[in-house]
Order: sequence, then structure tokens, then C-alpha cells
Amino acid sequence: MANVLLEMKNITKTFPGVKALDNVNLQVEEGEIHALVGENGAGKSTLMNVLSGIYAYGTYEGDIIYNGEVCQFHKIKDSEEKGIVIIHQELALIPYMTIGENMFLGNERGKSASIDWNETYGEADKYLKMVGLKESSRVLVKEIGTGKQQLVEIAKALAKHAKLLILDEPTSSLNETDSKALLDLLLKFKKENGLTSIIISHKLNEVAYVADKITVIRDGATIETIDNREGEISEDRIIKGMVGREITDRFPKRSGVEIGEINMEVKDWTVFHPLYPERKVVDNVSMYVRKGEVVGISGLMGAGRTELAMSIFGKSYGTGISGELKIKGEKVELKTIREAIKHKLAYVTEDRKGNGLVLTNPIKTNTTLANLDSISKNMIIDKDKEYQVAEEYREKLRTKCPTVEQNVGNLSGGNQQKVLLAKWMFADPDILILDEPTRGIDVGAKYEIYCIINQLVSEGKSVIMISSELPEVLGMSDRIYVMNEGRMVGELSKEEATQETIMSCILKSGKGE
Amino acid sequence: MKNALNVIRKNTMLIILVLVVLFFTAMTGGSMLQPSNFDALIAQNAYVYVLATGMLMCMLTGGNIDLSVGSFVCFIGSVGGTMMVIGGMNVGLSMALMLLIGVAYGCVLGYIIAYLNIPPWIATLAGYLALRGWGVAIMKGLTISPMPDSFVQMFNGHLPKSFCLIIGAVVCVLFVLITVKGRTDKLKKGYETESLVSMIVKCVLVCAVTMLFAFKFQNHNGIPFTLIWVAVIVLIYHFITSKTTIGRYFYTIGGNKEATRLSGIDTNKIMFTAYLNMAILTVIAGWLTMARLTSANPTAGVNYELDAISACVVGGVSAYGGSGTVFGMVVGATLIGVINLGMSLMSIDPNWQKVIKGVVLLAAVVFEILNNKDMTKD
Repeated sequence: MANVLLEMKNITKTFPGVKALDNVNLQVEEGEIHALVGENGAGKSTLMNVLSGIYAYGTYEGDIIYNGEVCQFHKIKDSEEKGIVIIHQELALIPYMTIGENMFLGNERGKSASIDWNETYGEADKYLKMVGLKESSRVLVKEIGTGKQQLVEIAKALAKHAKLLILDEPTSSLNETDSKALLDLLLKFKKENGLTSIIISHKLNEVAYVADKITVIRDGATIETIDNREGEISEDRIIKGMVGREITDRFPKRSGVEIGEINMEVKDWTVFHPLYPERKVVDNVSMYVRKGEVVGISGLMGAGRTELAMSIFGKSYGTGISGELKIKGEKVELKTIREAIKHKLAYVTEDRKGNGLVLTNPIKTNTTLANLDSISKNMIIDKDKEYQVAEEYREKLRTKCPTVEQNVGNLSGGNQQKVLLAKWMFADPDILILDEPTRGIDVGAKYEIYCIINQLVSEGKSVIMISSELPEVLGMSDRIYVMNEGRMVGELSKEEATQETIMSCILKSGKGE
Repeated sequence: MKNALNVIRKNTMLIILVLVVLFFTAMTGGSMLQPSNFDALIAQNAYVYVLATGMLMCMLTGGNIDLSVGSFVCFIGSVGGTMMVIGGMNVGLSMALMLLIGVAYGCVLGYIIAYLNIPPWIATLAGYLALRGWGVAIMKGLTISPMPDSFVQMFNGHLPKSFCLIIGAVVCVLFVLITVKGRTDKLKKGYETESLVSMIVKCVLVCAVTMLFAFKFQNHNGIPFTLIWVAVIVLIYHFITSKTTIGRYFYTIGGNKEATRLSGIDTNKIMFTAYLNMAILTVIAGWLTMARLTSANPTAGVNYELDAISACVVGGVSAYGGSGTVFGMVVGATLIGVINLGMSLMSIDPNWQKVIKGVVLLAAVVFEILNNKDMTKD
């Protein structure tokens, strides 16, 4: 048995009123990739924050034994000195600084107050080469994509001489290709440098691919540690540990939903970038959706799916929009979002915190925001009605919250997503465009969102679901469009569609140019 | 116990206000509570209430401020003074024209901020410089006085003393009726509502303060018209912010502008409205100032923007937008007003008065933030 690098023993951490961690144990061997899985709010991030010193020694109970000695970390610097480096889910890079400046932020090269820029960029380039990023370290971070930014984060960690790398949801904002590349990089470092890493992830296929051991956390307690070295474990096996029961089917069955006539149709839709009006973002796209139908739009990040959806939704994105839009057979031009809502269209954003919800406002305010006029008379809000509406949707969508007066910012990701859905359901649309409806939420909440989608189409509504998760698109859609580089590159029926056919649509379209 | 603690937390500023009043009463040997000081408190601070109401609306949209209000008060005074005193124009017509100028300025400012996306503090900084200069230039650096009597009386006049108690009683009865009705309605429909005790305490306190003012005014000159101007404006904006759709949008824009826009709300129009509204209220504050000074004055309105911002901040309006109430602002403005008055009565050196005000402002913000942190922890 290899040397145990890290042992966290009986960690208990309480916040006022909540026990976030209850006697958690974690053992990580040197040179392994250890995955930490669990539903949202299970305590994974809290555990890592304890480890990295964000929650200082003394605010929790239990011991951290690292490299054979008991550690007392009071701040992040303490743990970094020992070689424990954490990379957070939300990237912590400064967009208007160069890659090199970012990498050595707080760890500057040079003597005392004067920074040696040659050494900085020279060192930075060395580490960039290690992670296989072909960019100069003098490029501004805002110029490179999220996939590359994630690599910069890893290079930054290596520059701190990391021995134990903690990655919190490293692939949540990456597409499949970039995710694979990142995971392979971790495997390479493990093999060549003996780097130990802990990876927190919701994407179980990735966990099964990369991890040597998987520790499952549920409700602040360790449930089990599964060894993944002898034959890959099935995702269902992991899910069982996470939710405490077997989920026989990850996608609820939809039966007896009749698919009717065409509800919305887009023809030759072209959109240009708002800041660079010569750049085509959506290129001559045609598509349609029927009554009672779930249409999936698959594609890589940056394929133009969100841009397509938002430009249809009252021209809320892009310039020089051209093409024909028909709703229920009638040609319409939706110049504003308000007109789009009036034509019974709804767009549920992929970025619920940034574009979707007012986090500092209560659930009820968020629920009624897109359709406030329907509960007001002469601009005066009927607050009783508002409360009733919010309660009704809370029950309907089974949102977990003490009251609808609760601020949305205090809810978990899954429940926030439900509030966002409630808001648009209350706007009473016939056509819903759901952009990444299950991003960053746990298995249980995902299932409930799928049930809501099924409910919507059974009421005769149309759903367009944009998703980067192939299993989800395959599991939920009646028909699938594939987009790449702004163009529609494939339309597949439920029977034709597999992960392979979708990927081949994308790859073939790329070669054509 | 926990409930009581929550009540204290939610009304800290109010409690501090009471303590400050008691403190100054003790320090001045009771002269703080003389009837003339009630009148002075209203007369000296009327402009703060009016400007802070407008500033509240701007701040709600995301911590945006208007730095030009003080200069605009001066400018509008110079124009009004020229029309009424030098030109001998009809008072009503002059006031209408002043209001029109306010609308024009508000539209320009609103357009620049909402549609050209110029940061508010820069756009209004320009107004701060230009309007002061323009105003003083119109006055040729001299004070224009005296204002016509009919104009001054509109603001500085008093309702006859005999009305004081009647009006006080009517206000009390209305308040109690509205509160009780609101509570019973909620109970009938089975909604969450405040406890009976807290309702009674609230009613008793409000009635006591109202009647105290009524008595004091009766023993002085009667209810000042300025109080009526302020009360009407405050009540209108309390209604707008708490009960109407447009008021709601001010809060949601401050909370998340993009989410509000994607919900089909014209966020530019709301931003435009905020600054147009501010300009109109500034004209009213200008009238109040001209009437109190009975002149248009080159130094009128100096630092008014800062007084308004301070009142909002002390009253718990978020510097980042999205939260704050008219009631809180009123408490904040009153607190600052009482401190000013109390310190003058104690004849504290004006320079030290400024030091104390600065410390109070900082303390209020620090306290507010710590208090909120505690609340979210629970």
C-alpha cells in the first residue's frame, strides 16, 4: 500500500444552526486521483475549505494529518506552503491582466518590492508548456477561452509547487473536448510527476474515467469510499451512494404526449456579434418545434446556441438579425423581450445567478417578475395574490424553502433553478427555451427538473432544450438539432441519435471548411 | 426572546434615534424639546427629506448617486430669483417654468445615463460643476432678494394653531385604522402577520410621536407648511416603492439588472425615470431653500447632495443598490437632523460638528453591514 499523504480524521464543522460536516473521514494516498462526489450541499466544498485553511484551525473539530504531521492551518497561505493548492469552481483569474501576471499573483518573482518581469514571464512560459497550453504568458486572460483559463489555473498551482491539487468542479464550464483534455492532463501529471489530486465533480462519467478512488459524501457524512482501480465502476453504482437509493432511470418516462402541429419556426436566421458586427454568430439557421415536443439543441460551447435562442427572444442578443420567425403559423417580428413574452415565448437562461435571478430579493418577487402586470391593477401590486402565486409554484415544483419570503441567494442551485423555472412558467408561455436547465445541480434535482419538462409538454407546450450534456439531450429529446460554429449541422430523430452520431455531425462539419 | 431581538435589530436606527434625542435633551437641560426646536428641525431639514427621497430612488437602481443636486438647487434659485424678483413675474408662472427646467434637465441627465451608458457619478459631476457656475453667473455673484411674500408663504407659512390637535388626531386614527385593517385582512386569508403586541406597540408609539409634535406645534406657530410638503412627498414615495410595479423594478434592477431586462422590463426607462424624478424633486427642494433663505444665494445648496446621500446611507439604504426603504431614509435624515440641532444647541465648534457627523456616518454603515452579516448567519 502506498504512502498515505493526507488523512482527515473525524472532521466536524458546524455553522450556526447547521451541522455541515459530521465526523467526516478522508484518506488520500500519495500519487492517486481521489474523487469526492455528493449532491449539492452535501459538504464537499466545506470539507475542502477546511483542508485549505479557508475555515481556520479551531473553527472545526477533528484532525488534518498531512505528510505524517498534524497540521493547523489558519489561512490559505499556511496550506499553500505545505503544497496544498485549491482551484475553485469559479475561476479566480483577473481578465485584464496577462497570464503571467495572474500566475504569480501573490507569489511574485523578484526581489522584495521590485518584480522581475523577465523571470516572471520566463517561468510562466515554462509552466504553460508543462500543461500544454500554446499561448504566450504575455496574453491577457480575457483573450483566451474558459478551457485555456482552466489550464492557466493549473499552471498557477504548479508554480506554487503543489503536491496536492484540489480541483472543485474543474470541468463545469468546459465542453467535452476540453474536459477530456483536462482530465488527461491530470492523469499525465499523476504518472510523470506523482502529483496527488482531489477532484470534486458532478460529472460521474468523468469521475469514473479519472479517479482511483471515489469517496461519497451525503448530508455532511462520509458514506463510503469506492476503489475504482479494478475495473470501472458504473455511474449507477456511484449514484446509489450519493442519493441513498437506486435511481433505476435517470430520465423519467414520458408517455401519451401527443405531438401536434408546428408551434414555432425559424428560417434562415442570421445573427451578428454585438461588438464585432462583421462576425457571424448564427449563420443561416432553420429549425422548428412542434406542440408537445422536446427538441434538444446539442453542440460544443460557443456553437452559437445561446446566441440563437436569445436573438429569437425579442432580439435580446446580437445585431443585424435577419430571417423569418413564425409562431403558430403566423409571421412575427419580436423587437423587444416584452413582445416575445406577449407571443408566449420564454427563454430560461443558462446563467441563473448572472442573468436569471435577483439573488437579494425573495422567492415571491422573483417568481412574479416577468409577469407582474397580471397581479397588479393600475400598477399597484396585489401582494396577497403575489404570495398565493409564489406558494402555488413552490408546491407545484416542490421547491425546498422555509417560506417564499426567503431570499433566492440563500437557496441551493437546484432550488434556484426551480424558482427560475417558476418565474417563466408563471409568464404562461407556450414555447420555452431552456438553456442548460440542469447545469451545476445534483442528480436528485435534475430528475425533478426533467419531470417538470415532461409536465410542460404534456400540457401541450413546446420545449427547446439547449444542453452540453449529451446523455441529457439523448435522454430527454424527441428530436435533436446539432449546432457547430453558428450553423445547424445536423437534425437527428430520437432513434438515430447516439453520442457517436452527434459527435460525428460536429466533426464532419468542421472538416468541411 | 429571539423575536424581541429581531425587532431590535430591524429597528436599530430608530432606537438609536430615540437614544440620541434623550441624550441631547439631557445635555441641553431640556431645551432640546422646546416647541421652537421642533419647528426648526423641520424647517432646517425639509430639503434633506425631499432630496434624499430622490436619491433613494437613484441608489436603489444600483448604488447610483446624483452629485449635481446641490448645484441644481443653486441654479434653479438663480433662475427663479431672476424671474420673480428682478423680472417681477407671476409666482405661479415662475414656479411652473422652474419645474419645466427641472424636467428638461432630468431628461438630459436621464438620457445620458440610461441610454448613453455614461456612469452616473461622472455625468452628475459635470452637472455639479457646470450648474453651480452657471447659477452664480446668472446672479452675477450676488444674492437676489427678497422673494415675493406669496412664494415664501407657500412654504414658510403655518396652519392655524387650532388645527394642530385635530390634524394630529386624524393622522393617529387613520394610522390605527389602516394598520388594524391590514392585519385583519391578512389574518382572514391565513397569511403570516405581525403579532398583536407588536402591532399595539407600533400604534401607540406612532400616535404618541404624532401627538407630541401636534402639541409642540400648537404651543408655537402651528403646523408648518414645509412639514406638509415633506409628509406628502414621503407618503407618495413610500407608496410607490412598496406597492407599485414600477417601484418593484427599481429594487430588482439594483439586485440584478440583466435578469430584470431579460424579464421583459425596460431597464433603460427605469434608469431614465430615476434621474428625471431626482431633478423634479430637486426643484421642490430648491423652492424650500429659496423660501427659507427668502433669497436666491450663490452658496445655496452647497453639500446638499452629500446630505441626501448621508441620510440614505444612515437610513440603511444599500450603497450597492437593491435595498432600502423610504421609512429607513426618513429615520436616517431625522437622526442626522437631530444631531445637527443638538450640537448647535450645545454650541459645539462647527468644525468639531463636522468631525462628529463623519464618525456617525461611518459608524452607521459599519454597524449596518455587521448587523446584516449577523442576520444572514442565522
